[in-house]
Order: sequence, then structure tokens, then C-alpha cells
Amino acid sequence: MNMRFFVPQDTTALALGSNSVASMLAGELKERGLNDEIIRNGSRGMFWLEPLLEVEYGDSRLAFGPVTPSDVSSILDCLSSLEKNTKSANHPLHLGEVDEIDYLARQQRLTFSRAGVGDPLCIKNYQNLAGFTGLARAVKLESQEVVDQLKDSGLRGRGGAAFPAGIKWQTVLDTPGEQKYIVCNADEGDSGTFADRLLMEADPYQLIEGMAIAGLAVGANQGYIYLRSEYPVAHKILNQAIERATEAGFLGENICNSSSDFFLEVRLGAGAYICGEETSLLESLEGKRGMVRAKPPLPAIEGLFGKPTVVNNVLTLGAAASILEQGSETYKDFGMGRSRGTLAVQLAGNVKRGGVIELAFGVTLREVVEGFGDGTYSGRPIRAIQMGGPLGAFLPESQWDTPLDYEAFAAIKAMIGHGGIVVFDDTVDMAAQARFAMEFCAVESCGKCTPCRIGATRGVEVIDRIVKNQDRDNNLILLTDLCDTMELGSLCAMGGMTPFPVRSALTYFAEDFGGESPREN
Amino acid sequence: MRRYSKAPSNRSHSGVIRLDKSTNIDQLVEQFKDLPGGLMPLLHAVKHTVGFIPDESVSQIAKGFNLSRAEVHGVISFYHDFNTSPVGQHTVQICRAEACQSMGSRRIETHAKKSLGIEYGETTEDGRVTLQPVYCLGNCACSPSIRIDDDIHARVSAESFDQLMSELCAPATDNAGAKR
Repeated sequence: MNMRFFVPQDTTALALGSNSVASMLAGELKERGLNDEIIRNGSRGMFWLEPLLEVEYGDSRLAFGPVTPSDVSSILDCLSSLEKNTKSANHPLHLGEVDEIDYLARQQRLTFSRAGVGDPLCIKNYQNLAGFTGLARAVKLESQEVVDQLKDSGLRGRGGAAFPAGIKWQTVLDTPGEQKYIVCNADEGDSGTFADRLLMEADPYQLIEGMAIAGLAVGANQGYIYLRSEYPVAHKILNQAIERATEAGFLGENICNSSSDFFLEVRLGAGAYICGEETSLLESLEGKRGMVRAKPPLPAIEGLFGKPTVVNNVLTLGAAASILEQGSETYKDFGMGRSRGTLAVQLAGNVKRGGVIELAFGVTLREVVEGFGDGTYSGRPIRAIQMGGPLGAFLPESQWDTPLDYEAFAAIKAMIGHGGIVVFDDTVDMAAQARFAMEFCAVESCGKCTPCRIGATRGVEVIDRIVKNQDRDNNLILLTDLCDTMELGSLCAMGGMTPFPVRSALTYFAEDFGGESPREN
Repeated sequence: MRRYSKAPSNRSHSGVIRLDKSTNIDQLVEQFKDLPGGLMPLLHAVKHTVGFIPDESVSQIAKGFNLSRAEVHGVISFYHDFNTSPVGQHTVQICRAEACQSMGSRRIETHAKKSLGIEYGETTEDGRVTLQPVYCLGNCACSPSIRIDDDIHARVSAESFDQLMSELCAPATDNAGAKR
């Protein structure tokens, strides 16, 4: 019996050289006269182990990583003497059975249960792993029943704002209109986040299924995935997946014989961070400058081209597919308080073992960073953690025991956002980070409202003066005042939350700002 | 001397519709003008075909889409991706976002500018490389990251940056298929 080899092809694995591992493997197999199959799977999300080579032999699936091309030959040597169904191999890079790797075994994978298992573009593989059963179920239900499933699950938007997804769907369902749209926000611009990318690259049909379900639920026949242009690999995979799903009857006219149509298209962004904000995204999809719109009207009532529109994050739509497949009760059983289900935490930055970690809400930040991350990549002590992207607060050690729960984070003026965690070691200059937060806002502001457009530029200047100790006390007052103005006077989260990293840096890491400690203000 | 005439050869921003290099802008406008929200896909297509969005194309695009030239210019100038002047054969983007900063991207940034002798937005004298900043490539667990055309590279150091640049500049391997 032959072995089957799996070499990932997601962005991170490719960036770490998985293509050369795959071609070395193909060459070695040929040289040895073996005709074992090589499958280019998606990643499991254990990025510190990439390129992760997996070998299926009988019932076992052995993992080796991180593999370089020069390791391939010795791995094949080791495999040649292996008994079928064995759980272990004698090789320094051998990690045991892939499912039993601690990092993976300790997760509660719902959305990412299929990631890395097989060829992401193989529909048969997707169906073998319960794919498209959620859609099949949705086809048999009334629209209202589908929306009820989502409401009962307690799912909240995973893009960052955490708005109850079922209520959004209900609003679109209840708004009369011939034409409605489903828009997937795949403009994952926050630094430290890559879960959307992983889902699109490793399990694209789940997103497609979630969008088709949303279409059936609210009566929309057209969907758009607004994808950032920084994701060329995801772009290619999504386009191929849409083509195949259309051929197989899961997209297009009369999907799954439901007598409903659902057409889906990928649209590329063009490098503007602000287009991750939903109204700016809609403007961009319409072919305009990505300027933020005032709300109301809500996009659910007047969204894309003025029509009722569901705008959901990739992971929200992915979760919708699992909820329809497994039932709302199963999903709701995970989590704490009003944060139900699982959160795809993305551990990034200066960390030894970074990756996607899907866990029920409720674990603490420390458990994730220390338990999964195993310290910094540099080996130095952790000094600060930024959670929730560039608009999230910098957290000092005293706050690391906060449980991952939307309300618990809001209570400490921080946010979970899209679940990105960026770890900094003790060499970080927190004044430079605060300055960068303002600088980034200045570069990426859409320019619609003054506090954000001008405040960010003034913020950089004020921080520079504080660090240089110029008229320090007055400039500290000015910075606090500026932060108040931005928070209270901006239309969207860009200007409204840029003060979060700035204030937290100033409050908890005051020693980096030169002079004496800033006074409480 | 700068070689401005050569369009980048290995872009994949083609969207759903496959583009032929000889397609002229009028044909592209014709292709996209009736697509809902077609201006963004059109601009990507123009960039893919020409390598940048030529100023002369603005009036053609405006006419086709029934927009004012100011509106078209407004869209082009809003987005970082839509450069209005030619770029080098290869576009090298350095991630400036927080996760990469935590792994020393500021040093890579300084090194890149120094070793290539250019600032962000500029092209090397030989026309090979245009350097750009980027805010997150979604490879944050293995920072620092850079993107060279459509390939992303992880755990970049000053040494590996130099190595990657020398591969780009080696005359014999100008075949864009030279993947790692």
C-alpha cells in the first residue's frame, strides 16, 4: 500500500519554502521508483512547524516539521523501514501523529476542523468531512428558520465589532427588496491576524457554503468577497473554488435544487486599510473612494448599491456553515457569558510558537500566550501584548489574566477585535509604538472626519515633543485632549480607537516617554 | 538609466477575466464598464496590463464609466495600489505593521533602503526594483515578512534580504519562475 504525502501550500508555508520541499520530495520519490501521491493541503495553522510534512500510511498520519529540502531524503529513509499503522518514526523532525500534537490537540476546532486535512480545492474531500451538509439543511428550512438557527447560536460578528450576526441577518430578511446582497469582508488588515486568510486558503468551500446559506436565509442572490490585494494566494484559491463550486451546483442558478440562485464573485481591494470598515468597504465595492459612510442608514437596510446587505467577516460566515451543520445548541455550548462559540486566536509577533489557535471563549490571554506560545522567539521576557490589531490597547503583564470575552476586554478599555495577539519582548520602545499608532492612522485615514484626518498627524507631532521633553506637561495634556477628541468625534473605529494603543502605552509604559512619569490626567 | 517601458511580467491581479497583454485601455473599459462596481476591477486590469495607471487613461475611463475625470482621479489617488507612474520590473514590499516591528522589521527597512540606495516609492537606477511599504501581509506568525511581486517571504533577515535581491538581479534567472 502506498503512502500519501501532504505538503501545505498556504501563504506562510510557501513563505517558508514549502514549494521547494514539495519539488524535492517529488524528485526523491521518482528517483526511488516510488509513485506515492503528493497532496498540497492547506496548513493546520501551526505556523512555527511549517513547512509541516505529513505522511498518511494506513490509519496513521505522521507529522514532520519544520522540514527543509535537505531533510526530505532522510525522512524517506526513515519511512522506508516503517510498519504500516505505526504511530512513531525514528527521525529528529518527527512530531508524532499530527492530531496528537499538543498545540492542536488542546484546541476546540469548529471553524478550522478541516484546515490542513486535505486539498482545499477538492470538493469530494470537503464533503467527506461533512462539508455542504449545512447548506443542504438550510435548503430544507424556511428563511426564518435559518436565521433563527443563527440567532440561537449566539454567534457574534468575528470581524471585531462583535455585533450579533443573527440580528443582522434578521434585519436584512425583514427589509423588503427585490435585490439583496451578501458581502464577505475579507479585508483582514489588522497586523497579527491571519485566520481569515487561513480559512480561505485551507478551507475555501466553508466560506462559500456560509455565504450561500446567508443568501438563502435573507433572500439574496448575489455575493461578493471583498479580498485584500495583499493576499495573492487566497485570491487564486478562492477563484478556483468558486469555479468548481459553481460547476458542482453549489453556486449559480438553482443551487442544490432549491430553486434559489446564488452567484459569487471575488473583488480585490487595493491596499487601503480603511476598507476593512464595512461602509468604506461598500463604497469601494461600488467603485468609489473608500470613504466611511455615516450610520444610519445601516448597511442591512441600505447597503451595497443602496440595497439591503449582509456584511459579515470570513469567520462569521464560516461559523454559520458549522452552525447549520451541527446545530445552534452545539455551537452555543462553547464559550462564556455573552461570548458564545469559539474564537480563532492568532498568536503572532515575537513568539516562539505562533499560529491559529481556535478555543472556546473564556481562556485567559496568559494561558494562550504562555501555554501555546511558549515565550518569545528572541528568548527575552515579554513586555507588552497588543490584542485586536493596530487599534487595540497595549496590555501590561497585570492585564494578561483577563479572560478572552468581549465584555471582559471592553471593561479594561481593550478589545478582542478579530483575535490577533502581537507579542513584544523587552526591547520594545513603547513611545515609538504609540507614535506608530498615530502615524498609521494618518496614512490610512479616509479623511472624512477632521479628528482622524488631522488629529493623527498632530498626534505624531505631540508625541515627538513629549519624547524630546519639550514643554512636557502641556504636551501631555494636549495629547490626552487630542485622544478625547478623536475618540468622541470620529465617525468610525479608525479615528475613534487609535487613541487606545496610545493611551495604554502612555499609562502602562510611561517610562518610555522620557522625562518623569506623566501625571494622571 | 531607468527602463520605464517594460511592464512587470509576473503580476496576477487579473481578476476573473483573463487579460491579454496587448489589450488596450479602451477595450478594457468596454469590458468592465457595465459590471456593477466595475471601476476597481478595471483599474486593477489597467495596472496589470500597463504596469501603472497612465494619466492619459483617466479621460478614457471617465468617458466609459460616465464619470467626471475628477471622480476617476479621486478613486485612483485613494488607493495605495494604483500607482500612476511606472514601477521597476519587481515590486518589493516591506511590511511595516506591528507584528513585523516586534521582530525587527525596522532594521530590515533601514537595511533595504540603504542596500538598494532608494527610499519608499522609488525605483533602482537599473529599473529592477521598486520599494514600497505595506501594512501586513498576513504572515504575522513568522515575521518579519516581505513580498516580492506575488511571493511572500517569511523570517527575513538582512542577509536573506540581500540573497533574495541578488536572485532578482542575476541576469540569467530573469524568468520569474525562479521560486524558492
